[in-house]
Amino acid sequence: MNILVCIKQVPGSNHVEVDPVTGVLKRDGVAGKMNPYDLYAIEQALTLTEQYGGSVKTITMGPPQARRVIEESICMGAEGGTVLSDRKFAGADVLATAYTLSQGIERMGNYDLILCGKQTTDGDTAQVGAEVSEYLGIPNLSNVLSVESVEEDSITVVTSLDNRVVTQRVKLPCLLSMESDVNTPRLPSYKRRQTVTEDMVSFLSFADFADQDANHYGLNGSATQVERIFPPEKNTEKHSITGSAAEQTQGLFDLITARKLI
Amino acid sequence: MYNQITQKEIDALKILAGADAVFAGEEINSDYSHDELGGVSRMPDVLIKARSTEQIAAVMKFAYENTIPVTVRGSGTGLVGAAVPIEGGILLETTGMNKILELDRDNLTVTVQPGVLLMELAAFAEENDFLYPPDPGEKSATIGGNISTNAGGMRAVKYGVTRDYVRALTVVLPTGEIQQLGAKVAKNSSGYSLKDLIIGSEGTLAIITEAILKLVPLPKSSISLLVPFPDMKSAIEAVPKIIRSKVTPTAIEYMSRDTILFSESYLGKKFPDTKNDAYILLTFDGNTDAQVENDLKTVADLCLEIGALDAYIVDTEERKKSVWSARGAFLEAIKASTTEMDECDVVVPGSQVDEFIKYTHQLAKEIGVRIPSFGHAGDGNLHVYICRDALNDAEWEKTLEVCFDRMYQKAQELGGLVSGEHGIGHAKKGYLHRQYGETPMQLMRGIKAVFDPKNILNPGKIV
Repeated sequence: MNILVCIKQVPGSNHVEVDPVTGVLKRDGVAGKMNPYDLYAIEQALTLTEQYGGSVKTITMGPPQARRVIEESICMGAEGGTVLSDRKFAGADVLATAYTLSQGIERMGNYDLILCGKQTTDGDTAQVGAEVSEYLGIPNLSNVLSVESVEEDSITVVTSLDNRVVTQRVKLPCLLSMESDVNTPRLPSYKRRQTVTEDMVSFLSFADFADQDANHYGLNGSATQVERIFPPEKNTEKHSITGSAAEQTQGLFDLITARKLI
Repeated sequence: MYNQITQKEIDALKILAGADAVFAGEEINSDYSHDELGGVSRMPDVLIKARSTEQIAAVMKFAYENTIPVTVRGSGTGLVGAAVPIEGGILLETTGMNKILELDRDNLTVTVQPGVLLMELAAFAEENDFLYPPDPGEKSATIGGNISTNAGGMRAVKYGVTRDYVRALTVVLPTGEIQQLGAKVAKNSSGYSLKDLIIGSEGTLAIITEAILKLVPLPKSSISLLVPFPDMKSAIEAVPKIIRSKVTPTAIEYMSRDTILFSESYLGKKFPDTKNDAYILLTFDGNTDAQVENDLKTVADLCLEIGALDAYIVDTEERKKSVWSARGAFLEAIKASTTEMDECDVVVPGSQVDEFIKYTHQLAKEIGVRIPSFGHAGDGNLHVYICRDALNDAEWEKTLEVCFDRMYQKAQELGGLVSGEHGIGHAKKGYLHRQYGETPMQLMRGIKAVFDPKNILNPGKIV
């Protein structure tokens, strides 16, 4: 079974500042890392190939240095991967990102299954996976908790619908977005890192794609525009409830009912 | 010898310490009668929640005049019974004194009350771009407790132990007198270091009510390496070789697959790799990624050369958490894996670590008891646990006696000492006395008598 995993390089720290004037994330000097949610997808992919054979490849869109997350996925066990990189892709929103990825995936071809993380830590939309599947014309399931089994031309997975868990069988090829914390991602291997060679990471640009209309990519191909980004307000309010256990319980109950939290 | 506490004393203490800070009899939760492992318990007659240096001084003066024993307690996470009021009397709990009072960016110090938790101080330092290097596994311990045991923790290989970060202490003496020992200075040749006598004295000489601690600038880059080995022997034999390579990791911890599996079931969380029998976990820090990467490479290459199966890179916050949270839970995890356990916190010269661990394995086999261990392989401080499992009372007692006897004997032969960081308290007194002999113990008793002539402060501990 050949599996493609969509991954993304995000800021390495959770404490990225927002420029108060331009509203843009201050990425300078902040080292990148693999989007933590994608690690669950990679782990799931590697587990599946260990069980059923096949190979895992990864794909990302980003600047040339995004090759580092592809290399990291190789250190975890992927065979290789592709960076979709072109100035024309810059400024892409969810729609344009998903379209670019789908073009890249079609170009790479040869997949039975596509896995994505639930969302990214910088964009947080959780929509790219579903939109990629739409462009590729393949079925998609989100919030996947586990893969039960793989059949000849289908896969059986367990998904979470908040208040219930559903087991579904879906036709291959398909795209699955993995829920977070569903496994413990393996660590990158130093030994594998020593074997990473240039040719394990390939690059594709606009010129390599079937759709040569530049208006479908990057800022031009985006249906939405970000008006403003601002850091969430910090709430440092603290309440201390003292007294006996009964008094504390009552105090806590009064507080959360007054705030209409329950 | 000690006076009994009656309603009269309780009333007097309520006036001195505040009526809502004094608890007696049934108002005291049974948790206050023991620590985490010391094998000894006794309820205090009175529990006082400490609020200020002055309040503690008033209580202490009263206790001194009335010859009432006083035991100080932080979070109660000790392992040798040091905070158990074995003579009854007053138990003074410092967790309410939990304010961080000052961050001095010019002198690189932080001033704290004793009830600040280690995890709170660590987070505060980091938020301000500093590092408080001592890093004991029990993050919910108080700083007062850390100072009282001179806790070491996981960064000792490179950064040293709590003692190396205490600049000054405000203490209340058993007479109730308030004194500042040490100062906000980097050097000090001004007579006997009384501050250093208090550090590690487990609440037997004075009560710490404020501490000025040294900070270091937060290293900008840090990375851990989890190195799997085919067996424990090859893992621990790698440690001296790593040290000889002159790369200084902040931590070198060893762990066995068994211990990792206990922690998985205790935390309900999978560890990233459990395929191999033994692991070494190292951390490197520095100010540039290149420097840290260089150290990592040197050690990873060395480990592979001497038989490591791989070297896993632990580089992001999430990965560090998945590995280090398991490491932090080992003690509780082993505890949850058995019916009862006791521990030995010996410290041996770094070069003898492998020798000592091999000895515990041999001992476990010979006696037929489970002796899991983990610890700070890099600094020679080992945490060895004897598990009771299905033994009956008599067998358990006998096993403990034999195991402790032989392990402390072996540690001594290898040039080690009874405790690396958990202290002596009540539980390890016999072993300390046996190793040190009469003269050093007399000197210690002399020091105790000078500070505490009526022997009212944490009596029955260490000496």
